[in-house]
Amino acid sequence: MIRLKDVEMEYENGTKAIRGITLTIEDGEFVFLVGPSGSGKSTIIKLLTGEVEPCAGRIMINGFSVSNISNRQIPLMRRTLGVIFQDFRLIEKKTVYDNLDFVMRAVGASPKEIRKRIPYVLELVGLGGKADRYPTELSGGEQQRVAIARALVNNPDTIIADEPTGNLDPDRSLELMSLLVKINELGTTVVVVTHEKDLVDRFGKRVITIDSGHVINDSVGGYVGGRIHG
Amino acid sequence: MAKHDFGYFAHEGLSNMFSHGFMSFAAIGITVACLLIMGTFTLVAVNANGLLEDLEQENEILAYVEDTYTEAESKALQKKLEAIPNVVSAAYISKQQATEDFAARYPDEQLFQNLDPEIFRDRYVLKVANLERQGETVEQIRNTPGIANVNAHEEIAGGFVTVRNVATVVCVALIAILFVVSVFIISNTIKLTTYDRRDEIAIMRMVGATNGFIRWPFVYEGFLFGILGAVIAFFLQWGLYEAVARGVANNDTLQLIHIIPFEQLWVPVAEVFAGAGIVIGVGGSLSAIRKFLQV
Repeated sequence: MIRLKDVEMEYENGTKAIRGITLTIEDGEFVFLVGPSGSGKSTIIKLLTGEVEPCAGRIMINGFSVSNISNRQIPLMRRTLGVIFQDFRLIEKKTVYDNLDFVMRAVGASPKEIRKRIPYVLELVGLGGKADRYPTELSGGEQQRVAIARALVNNPDTIIADEPTGNLDPDRSLELMSLLVKINELGTTVVVVTHEKDLVDRFGKRVITIDSGHVINDSVGGYVGGRIHG
Repeated sequence: MAKHDFGYFAHEGLSNMFSHGFMSFAAIGITVACLLIMGTFTLVAVNANGLLEDLEQENEILAYVEDTYTEAESKALQKKLEAIPNVVSAAYISKQQATEDFAARYPDEQLFQNLDPEIFRDRYVLKVANLERQGETVEQIRNTPGIANVNAHEEIAGGFVTVRNVATVVCVALIAILFVVSVFIISNTIKLTTYDRRDEIAIMRMVGATNGFIRWPFVYEGFLFGILGAVIAFFLQWGLYEAVARGVANNDTLQLIHIIPFEQLWVPVAEVFAGAGIVIGVGGSLSAIRKFLQV
């Protein structure tokens, strides 16, 4: 479960990115986090992953209090999350298999667990036959699937996707979003940050709209809010 | 769940080294250069020290026995002289022997060939362990009953001591400076390879890798840089040393200088190179990666 209570965040340069946000995302939910550029979406992701600390308020994520978490606990908290980025962030010098292998080793998985889990996850994202390929040998859609597989491989409680379709064409975007919905149906909480209105409207999930650091709408259905690209 | 898979870390360190070929080549090259400079300087210092020791060994003190002493009384002084602290040896030379030695030194001078031994004194040739304490030792010899006079080259002994002290200080200071510079250069070289992989490190952190997990492959990589650099530097140093030793041996003027054979030095050289290489490599790696590990 993710819970933000009266969270405020101001960067060192004086930019107030988040102004008193309170919201709760229950286990197993699928949520779109939408809003124009500069609205504070990315800051919320950074707060959830422990990259930045809030100036005020409390953040709880999967049982960890992120607002006053110790450095030692941050890796443990991050293991409950799977993060997907717009630019995939795959390691180009490693094969698809090795990109997933090092993530499992990072959390101390045994070689036996790794050999069992990676083929299963690659099959789940539709990349069963591409374990030995390098990221540069794959299409953008396939690379993003590898990124999803990497986010999934440690069986996280929550997947956070930051503009995952930003570099994909409409067909690939739809495929990818369908994959995330499928993953959600298997029990994983999914939070997708996006500003693609058509995609959001198509799935009819819960949508939290952020603007100027405030939650301006939280409803099920479609994209609410005037500006999309700020 | 395996807590630490060191085989994996070693494999990652090795493959990282190969996959970042140019930077690895640079890091190893700089390690070799630093070790070679430090090694050459140290070996010159070791040989200079050996040379000074040889010269010190040749520094003798002459103690002349009173004329009134019989040969038996003169010989009895030996134990007293040897009992003086800092005296390594006291060799007795009779009047007769001194006369013969003197004549032998000037074989062409007929005047010196048939001298009366009574114009010479019985004497002792003494050697000291520590030249720095030669002054007080000479005083003790002079105060020994039966010793009429002492002849010692205190200025030369003082010169040796000064030269050795200055050489030691300069050596230690230069080696320390070179070592610090080496760690700094290696650290910066590895920092460049680390900078090249900041995305990889960011991904590792994002998936919940601990700092230890991220650090270990870099430590292995630094270790490999150090040990490979040490091995290459060792063989280059060996070749260089032998070439210089051959050059000195073949030179008419320089061949008087005794060069310590490399066979006597290779074990400490190998140990120091391996140790310094590992410290430089691992230390450089750890210092380079530190800033990337801040959560």
